[in-house]
Amino acid sequence: MTALIGDPAAETQMDVTEEDIRRALESVIDPELDEPITDLGFIRSIQVQTAGGGAQVEVHLRLPTSFCSPNFAYLMASDSKDAISALPAVAQVVVELDDHHDSDLINAGLAADAGYRGTFLHEAEDSLDELRWTFRRKAHTAAMERCLTDLLRANAELLETQMGTVRLRDLPAGRNKQALLRRRSALGLPEAADSIVLVNHEGHPYPPEAVPMALRRARSTRISIDGNAHFCRGLLRTRYEGSGADQSARPEGAEAKDHHNLLPLKVKEIHS
Amino acid sequence: MYSKDGENYFIVDAHIALWDARPENQRNIHGKQFIDCFYDYHRNLSPDEEQWSYEEYLYQGGARLMKDLFEDGYVDHAIFQPAYLGAFYKNGFAQVEEAYGLAAANPGKLTYNHCYDPRHGEAGLDRLRADHEKMGFKGVKLYTAEWHGDSRGYKLSDPWSYRYFEECRKLGIKNIHIHKGPTIRPLDRDAFDVADVDHAASDFTDLNFIVEHVGLPRLEDFCWIATQEPNVHGGLAVAMPFMHTRPRYFAQIIGELIYWLGEDRIQFSSDYALWTPRWLIERFVDFQIPEDMTEYAPLTTTQKKKILGLNAAKMYGIPVPAELQLPDADETKTGPRQPERADLAGVR
Repeated sequence: MTALIGDPAAETQMDVTEEDIRRALESVIDPELDEPITDLGFIRSIQVQTAGGGAQVEVHLRLPTSFCSPNFAYLMASDSKDAISALPAVAQVVVELDDHHDSDLINAGLAADAGYRGTFLHEAEDSLDELRWTFRRKAHTAAMERCLTDLLRANAELLETQMGTVRLRDLPAGRNKQALLRRRSALGLPEAADSIVLVNHEGHPYPPEAVPMALRRARSTRISIDGNAHFCRGLLRTRYEGSGADQSARPEGAEAKDHHNLLPLKVKEIHS
Repeated sequence: MYSKDGENYFIVDAHIALWDARPENQRNIHGKQFIDCFYDYHRNLSPDEEQWSYEEYLYQGGARLMKDLFEDGYVDHAIFQPAYLGAFYKNGFAQVEEAYGLAAANPGKLTYNHCYDPRHGEAGLDRLRADHEKMGFKGVKLYTAEWHGDSRGYKLSDPWSYRYFEECRKLGIKNIHIHKGPTIRPLDRDAFDVADVDHAASDFTDLNFIVEHVGLPRLEDFCWIATQEPNVHGGLAVAMPFMHTRPRYFAQIIGELIYWLGEDRIQFSSDYALWTPRWLIERFVDFQIPEDMTEYAPLTTTQKKKILGLNAAKMYGIPVPAELQLPDADETKTGPRQPERADLAGVR
């Protein structure tokens, strides 16, 4: 393509690439698995056509099974449409969910911008907000447990009963602490260094006698989310050959076999 | 029976099916989507040498079932848990008549559990009474995500669900097996939520509620209600094959179950024909919690024997040779079990 000399600001505003779309879709989270749909390999295709009045974008989504819960499916599809529509140079967006038992219903609802209730009619009562909150809370619970269990494993002197007074500043910097801070922010919980780590979703700490049980419950939540995340990734790879190349590695809950599927990304060159 | 290293294990496969998903029985695209979903589970979680072809997977028939379970599979007794799925399959997914006939012909080996849908109202209650008179089952399997007219799921706490539980109580149907599929009503909330089991179990304390798939994908919610309700049990259908692909995850599932429910309320199943029992039993007997998972105590042989058969045998009154029987653990009825046995879990 010939390089045109013009106003670079205007040009970036009018041009939308596949990469721009993908970056916009990074903001769309699978609420249940607490990960961007771009990391999970849920984007099947992105097509961008530039016409006179702005870009026309068509995105197809795919899920691990035909029977994935339709409320999550709808959330991810409608969030995708919103994320792409927010790009200034985009004139028209089509988002379609492929191969799902509710594909026809959801795709028609998205095309008509019918909203959640307009799409699901009698099956919808109010909104999917409470569903989002349920899984934001679970994501926070799991992030909290990862940090505290790391602490316990790192120091054999620590007791489980002492975990109720650990503060954010006591946690070592790293991926798990960053993740916890993001989840706290999503719930509107304080991120100050002296904030207590083990809190319920309203930010209340636990009395000492309730601490071990709170931590154990949090552990079962963490196990559940990690287990589901890896099972769903695996099912997607089984269902759509080659889709593993579109998935990023998830270290939380990873097992030895996971590395086979990610070989192209993992192999390092050996220089002798 | 399965024997290894001088130990004998009485095997009850507590969740099996005789299904027909062949194209001629599919009512619509959802019939194909449903069996394809099962087949992907099978392909994803099975060792290569245990994988079936798609054609084999669509339909097995009674003779193949008997061979896979009782000749090749070490199983002493198996329990049918039918999912009808009349909205997806012309003659139903589970072959109810064929399964009942097979169980009637092999009463020492097979127990037939029935299924019903509370949305059939009064007529369904009449049907349940008539079916029970004919078949005399002790348990039912409820699939809460079954589609029915313009309803795509129901809750165990619905008024009609309660009417049916009252009828079960009268008829002596004590064991309610629940498969929480993605229940689409109302769609606003988590479709896999198991809170309705909690309501039903609290109000019908004389019935057993066996949550299949141990509540997956909501293991945490299941453990929390099961630890509080002594009549809630966990079925390991679909959880078992994680031993192969995701052994650490499986260790955590079983560790959590032992912690929250104890060793007397967990039941093995292959979920045949999703998987076959032979390799699952062999691997479970060999299975152990990884060393670095200090939050869980090692699995004992006693626990494995109970899970593989004794717990379900006790619930269904299946005769077990005296030398293979084991007493119940001396555990609390509610709340965490044996917390002192794991070193991340408390007393140190």
